[in-house]
Amino acid sequence: MSDTKIAKTLNAKGLSCPLPILKTKKAIMEISLGEHIEVFSTDPGSVADFQAWTRSTGNELIANSEEGGVYRYIIKRIK
Amino acid sequence: MSEKKKRIAMIASKADIAGAYPPLILATTAAAMDYEVGIFFTFFGLNMLKKKKLNKLKVTPVGQTAMPMPIPQIVGMIPGMTDMATAMMKSWMKGANVAKLQELMDISIESGVKLIACQMTMDVMKIKRKQLIDECEVGGAATFLEFASEADITLYF
Repeated sequence: MSDTKIAKTLNAKGLSCPLPILKTKKAIMEISLGEHIEVFSTDPGSVADFQAWTRSTGNELIANSEEGGVYRYIIKRIK
Repeated sequence: MSEKKKRIAMIASKADIAGAYPPLILATTAAAMDYEVGIFFTFFGLNMLKKKKLNKLKVTPVGQTAMPMPIPQIVGMIPGMTDMATAMMKSWMKGANVAKLQELMDISIESGVKLIACQMTMDVMKIKRKQLIDECEVGGAATFLEFASEADITLYF
């Protein structure tokens, strides 16, 4: 997904539940519909939470990966 | 946006640190999931709506048999132990970068969470409206039930 253009990057590393989700919600409202946001988190619980949150809100989880304990999510704003 | 929003209704009846977190964590997260959120603050839970009170809530070691550092119950009754347990708990939470209660309350207010203060508790504990934060409304059982009757999720803390 290296060709996906990122409109905004959110660093949520070190934050505990529910802050990564709360900050992502706030940040995604600052990009336009159809744009992508990239989020970094170190919370292992965020894997399930970002899936649940995107399903519930109708936004699209384009990619998620993990490297050295850092989780990276790319979400497309649909709603 | 014609689809109906999901709704969650909660009752917060405790105001020690461990009791105050769950409703605020769920309220802010539900709001981030585009739910309509309402919390009814009753009995000790009403303390959460007092001005400048949230970050002063404590945790008592008495009755908390699962504290990460176990304190014998009898020791927990010694004066000062509640403040010590509170300081310990706050430092663990800070170490794990957990949001402060006030931060979660601020986000709740910002995202339009309905905060209902229990009128009966105010009468019992002689709490005046002006002692509570401006953003809450005052109501009774019927106020909460009307909101909760349309809820998809109802939780009691």
